[in-house]
Amino acid sequence: MKQKSWFLRGALALGFAFLYLPILSLVVYSFNDNKLVTVWSKFSVKWYGVLLQDEPILSAAWLSLKIAFMNATLAVILGTLVALALARFGAFRGRALLSSLATAPLVMPEVITGLSLLLLFVAMEQFIGWPAGRGTLTIVIAHATFSMSYVAVIVQSRLTGMDVSIEEAALDLGAKPAKVFMVITLPIIAPALLSGWLLAFTLSLDDLVIASFVSGPGSTTLPMVIYSKVRLGLSPEINALATLLVGFVSIAVLGAGLLMARQERLRQRDVQMAIAGNK
Amino acid sequence: MSRAGYVPLGERMATASEPLLRTLVRLPLLRWFFNTLGRFAISGRGAVVLVPYAWLLLFFAIPFVIVLKISLADQVIAQPPYTALVQWTEDTYLQIKLNLGNYLFLVQDALYWKAYLNSVKIAFISAFVCLLIGYPMAYAMARAEESWRNVLLMLVVLPFWTSFLLRVYAWIGILNNTGLINNWLIAAGIIDEPITMIRTNFAVYIGIVYSYLPFMILPLYSTLEKLDNTLLEAAADLGCRPFEAFLTITLPLSMPGVVAGFSLVFIPALGEFVIPDLLGGKDSLMIGHVLWDEFFANRAWPVASAVAIAMLTLVLLLMAGQRKLEEKAETAA
Repeated sequence: MKQKSWFLRGALALGFAFLYLPILSLVVYSFNDNKLVTVWSKFSVKWYGVLLQDEPILSAAWLSLKIAFMNATLAVILGTLVALALARFGAFRGRALLSSLATAPLVMPEVITGLSLLLLFVAMEQFIGWPAGRGTLTIVIAHATFSMSYVAVIVQSRLTGMDVSIEEAALDLGAKPAKVFMVITLPIIAPALLSGWLLAFTLSLDDLVIASFVSGPGSTTLPMVIYSKVRLGLSPEINALATLLVGFVSIAVLGAGLLMARQERLRQRDVQMAIAGNK
Repeated sequence: MSRAGYVPLGERMATASEPLLRTLVRLPLLRWFFNTLGRFAISGRGAVVLVPYAWLLLFFAIPFVIVLKISLADQVIAQPPYTALVQWTEDTYLQIKLNLGNYLFLVQDALYWKAYLNSVKIAFISAFVCLLIGYPMAYAMARAEESWRNVLLMLVVLPFWTSFLLRVYAWIGILNNTGLINNWLIAAGIIDEPITMIRTNFAVYIGIVYSYLPFMILPLYSTLEKLDNTLLEAAADLGCRPFEAFLTITLPLSMPGVVAGFSLVFIPALGEFVIPDLLGGKDSLMIGHVLWDEFFANRAWPVASAVAIAMLTLVLLLMAGQRKLEEKAETAA
């Protein structure tokens, strides 16, 4: 019973136009020769050249990539541990607290997280001398603290969705829990780990507020550079940067999507063949 | 049964990594680690719980205690710029000084009150507009052909993967006095003078709705997708008009999604800093921005902490309220 309603189709089309036209405008005007971003003169790629020679932006981008990489790896480890505890260990003491501690960072306003972590780092430095000063390390810790929640949500849903009887069978056959996890659980939840890693990577690459609080001199991340430029007004260079980013993300996400769709198709064919084989 | 030369990804990874994993599990270092844990009566299972627990307590819960502590301290010119609450005076007496002045300051100064109320207003209206736009979209997606659903879902999520800061920046170029909308309207001869849209509350609403719309659509979609179509068919068979059926069946059943989506937009939007800073004007001052200014411009750490505690109280109340509402909606559905 699929009704074709013009109202619904219109709402969908308008909604997607609202979501995509601003991004499209960034892309189109990045090829504008004019220094005034919104006044079109002629097609040009000169702002990409300017961007690629902008030393502060390039070094900030490199730092952001490094932080994002470390953060994503750390967040996947911590988030998976949370997900395992919540999805596999049944009721244990402190489960409710762990569950709310792990989901609260998802909605916590960034200014609060940023301020509270900075005050923690300052207090820790005062009393135990670690972390000495603020910089890359403190940004990674701060980012991992909120990205692990996203990873935990993704991995937990995969863990609850998978067939537990395989794990139980391995345990019955005498495999140790650590081995069961490594050999059985890990490969099955691998796609969730990958998407969690990618999400944590992007979240870190994107964060301005928390990084501004916990960064120190000499650790200026890409969003911080963009923000200081954007505050001064429109800049064609930022449009070029946005276009590169949008292009990169679209290719990555579309590629991952196609790969997953293919895996799913093959899996379904397998299921059908298994059913046919049993008859 | 022939398998057409295809081995699932997970299986392939498992076969390839099995020797490596086997050595990993037997690695002396790893065994030593688990043995040490075992000596403290902590099993591998315990470690799985303890590590993230300790992390979250240290880096998420304890910081709030410190914020509370500093919000009760005095501002001094020092590094760090606040006084200690607990001090030994003449080495014999333990002195505890609590300063409620920062909170008094928040209550007395109209700026904070206004920013606080303004944040609630702006976040609420934005969340409501998100609901108005997001509900029909989620509904249309849930009723689309099955093969289309994943594509549409990906289209909703895709903007979320590109930089938030750059998406807000895009709106400056659109809403500016010399921006795209004004340029087109003037070129089309509809207006002579540019309409002021940037640095107004209107721009802030647009910015928040635009940035948070996916957070509204996703939970709505997941509840609407699970909806049992036979209920609607039964209603239609019994002579119920589609709109009536929507109001009496679909809407109440999707309430859990509405509550989840609304709070995923409302709560983070309360503390929004970037959007009011880049798009807003004088009367779109929000509490997150006040905190930022107190901290970075005034270096008033105790006042910033008091603002954070006031905000945190509101957020925790809202989260508790959300849980109540969600439970209610679940039981009703």
